[in-house]
Amino acid sequence: MQDTMDTTPEIPANPWLRGFKRATPIVLGYLPVAVAFGVLAQKNGISGTNAVLMSLIVFAGASQFIAVGLIASGAGPLAVIATTFMVNLRHLLMSAALTPHLKGWSKPLLSLFGFGITDESFALHTLAFTTREPDARESLAVNFTAYCSWVVGTWTGIAASGLIGDVRPMGLDYALPAMFIALLTAQLKDRVHVLTALAAGAFSVILLAAGLSQANVILATVVAASLGTGIVLWNSKRSS
Amino acid sequence: MTLVTYVPRALPLWTLASKSLPRIVVIWLGFVPTAVLAALLAPSLLLPEGGFSLGPDNLYLWAALPVFLLAWRFKSLFGCVILGMGLVALGRYLLG
Repeated sequence: MQDTMDTTPEIPANPWLRGFKRATPIVLGYLPVAVAFGVLAQKNGISGTNAVLMSLIVFAGASQFIAVGLIASGAGPLAVIATTFMVNLRHLLMSAALTPHLKGWSKPLLSLFGFGITDESFALHTLAFTTREPDARESLAVNFTAYCSWVVGTWTGIAASGLIGDVRPMGLDYALPAMFIALLTAQLKDRVHVLTALAAGAFSVILLAAGLSQANVILATVVAASLGTGIVLWNSKRSS
Repeated sequence: MTLVTYVPRALPLWTLASKSLPRIVVIWLGFVPTAVLAALLAPSLLLPEGGFSLGPDNLYLWAALPVFLLAWRFKSLFGCVILGMGLVALGRYLLG
């Protein structure tokens, strides 16, 4: 495994520690959301064991919330599974976008890494992968740290469901949006990327407002990424 | 739920990681991070409570501006998270 070019003293030399440290913003965002999930599951009559199990073996924020809502409203398992699939299909695109950086990783390593691809870990990984070669241990440590905070948060929410009222006064619910702003800003390296971002954002909002509440992200991504690609290809054709 | 969550996440890794992809696909995938982050973020800023809102009480949107400036000038991920949370907390405190 090659050593990365990190020379700044604050960055730990140990790749596991580096990953752990890099995941801090995710942990900050996940803990309150996971606690909220635990509380919600408890209040909707889902047993503590089942809620923690869901966080342990599914590990998907949005679809877990939706599943709790669906189960509480009496939906059958098929409806829950189909909705989860729809909601998580966007990770197919994220995973595909990461693959060009992961050549040479073994299948078991990729399988383990894939389990931890969430919106947030994906955002962190893309940022890191554009500047240096991905370190498998560091990347897995990021995922694992995020995963632990999700499970621990869920458990805390269940254990404290009677005590915890609201995380809103502390602004904790803004941790993830703020992180996304920072990570998106880092992606905007030229005009085409800015245009792609604006198109994706606008299209996503329009689709959502039109009532397409699950497919909006994936549709907006496909359209905007195609737009960006189109511009790049058109520019290169014009200049050649 | 595990299966339908895991398969979309892992399938591209299994099938694509060892191949060299056509240039157009690589370019397209290069835009995916930007597009997907914007597509996730925009609704949370513009429709924070489920309804479209540009009003002064939409803290999610107004807090985003200084956070964006900080991200743009200083590239500090952690700083952005702290600033964003602080602004939203402060806004809620002031607005009661």
